[in-house]
Amino acid sequence: MNDDLRSHMLKTLEKGLRYDGRKLDEFRPVSVETGVIKTAEGSARIKIGETEVLVGIKTEVGTPYPDSPDEGTIMVGVELLPLSNPAFEMGPPSINSIELARVVDRGLRESHAIDFKKLCIKKGEQIWILCIDICPINDAGNLFDAAALGAIAALQTAKFPEFDGVTINYKKLTDVSLPVSKVPVEVTVWKIGNYLIVDPSPEEQELADGRLTVATMEDGKLCAMQKGGVIPLTIEGIENMVEIAVEKTKELRSYLGGN
Amino acid sequence: MVFKREGRKNDEPRKIIAKVGIIPRADGSAYFKIGNTEAYAAVYGPRTLFPRFKQDPTKGILRCNYNMMPFSGMGNRVRPGANRRAKEISMVTEKALLPVLDLVDYPNSVVDVFIELPQTDAGSRCAGICAASMALADAGLVMKDLVCSVGVGHIDNTLLVDLDYDEEAFDGVVADIPLAVIPRTGEYTLLQMDGIIGKEDLFKVMELGKKTIGMIYEAQKNALKEKYMIEPVIAKKTAQGGIKNE
Repeated sequence: MNDDLRSHMLKTLEKGLRYDGRKLDEFRPVSVETGVIKTAEGSARIKIGETEVLVGIKTEVGTPYPDSPDEGTIMVGVELLPLSNPAFEMGPPSINSIELARVVDRGLRESHAIDFKKLCIKKGEQIWILCIDICPINDAGNLFDAAALGAIAALQTAKFPEFDGVTINYKKLTDVSLPVSKVPVEVTVWKIGNYLIVDPSPEEQELADGRLTVATMEDGKLCAMQKGGVIPLTIEGIENMVEIAVEKTKELRSYLGGN
Repeated sequence: MVFKREGRKNDEPRKIIAKVGIIPRADGSAYFKIGNTEAYAAVYGPRTLFPRFKQDPTKGILRCNYNMMPFSGMGNRVRPGANRRAKEISMVTEKALLPVLDLVDYPNSVVDVFIELPQTDAGSRCAGICAASMALADAGLVMKDLVCSVGVGHIDNTLLVDLDYDEEAFDGVVADIPLAVIPRTGEYTLLQMDGIIGKEDLFKVMELGKKTIGMIYEAQKNALKEKYMIEPVIAKKTAQGGIKNE
């Protein structure tokens, strides 16, 4: 990053502002659109400022794991498409896309947002597998929060396809929604010097020293966390970050339907 | 079963939507939708090509990548990553677009075109090519013309334009022929076929597709113009010589 931009960004932060005029804890405009992909059983398009992410859900029938014969499962995949950012490259998933997928996965799994027992079709033999795939269209920063918000929005609106015990008829969706009972929402707080911000632009992301992603449930309880970046965090620092994250999830939650 | 197309004429494509500049981070980008087949294209470059042994010191190279999103198929989830089909389509897309480009001004560089399909209902390579040619134009590259692409074919000798998934899968004698055309010269830059068709029918159906090619061309041009359309405002020259909008 050029030095002028760096010093300008740091100077504006001292005044309690971001270089694009936002307050430190201010999100860009958020929009959530569901049912945007006809070939998926559930889908969502999330926009946070210029950041745009597509999430699609496909269902599959598989065999359960031996240690949980009466439970279905989920699979979260993130593809950091080279279409969405000049720095992303083709090829096998990078460590960044794996981290992103696993953080979204943990938020959903640990909150017990989905009742895995209700995904069982026949104990020990057949279960539903929910494949949640996340594809950024334009990465203008804050993919973490957009991806997690898209995943829960798509899950909430997805329907099971028809299944006769042998084959799935993807062309016919039933009226049965997925067993989604909780709504985990993730907010990532980024640390630039001594300042804490949310919803960074790509430039702010580049400048940041560290981040903490916090997934929060409706009752304010935390269900997953992930620290990123190389700087160590103090206990006071973590307290502040968690507080901001929990507060901001309320705002993000309001964009989801049925809330 | 006798085939009869419902809802549209045999030489009529599905509804077309074209937009440009939808991916701000890219140097050029476009969106093309035909029926339920949707394609995004982003252009990055010309940028320096690495590894260096792949560079061409006489001109820039074009690199296309076609990818279906995991949830874009009519049936099962599509496994992410390159497969043989995607690699072939990437290659023919490159060959379909290269004739309208002139990259001599960009030695040792690459123009990357990424085509992504969020949902498909047949004709995805054609939608990808339409989007990609708009994205290249949006990136400001020197081009002889746009490239317009559509699938034609027949079901039991009924000649058709822009077959959808159910039509391609119809239980009968079917041929599916994706085409790409440089409208200004009428030359073909993509021609593939699978299925069975008579020689006469082949040329008849290629002729039948021309009207749709024209429609796609107009949609593409309009989308490109629209991006640079200024809202009708009354502009007045100020005393300082600048322009003031009222």
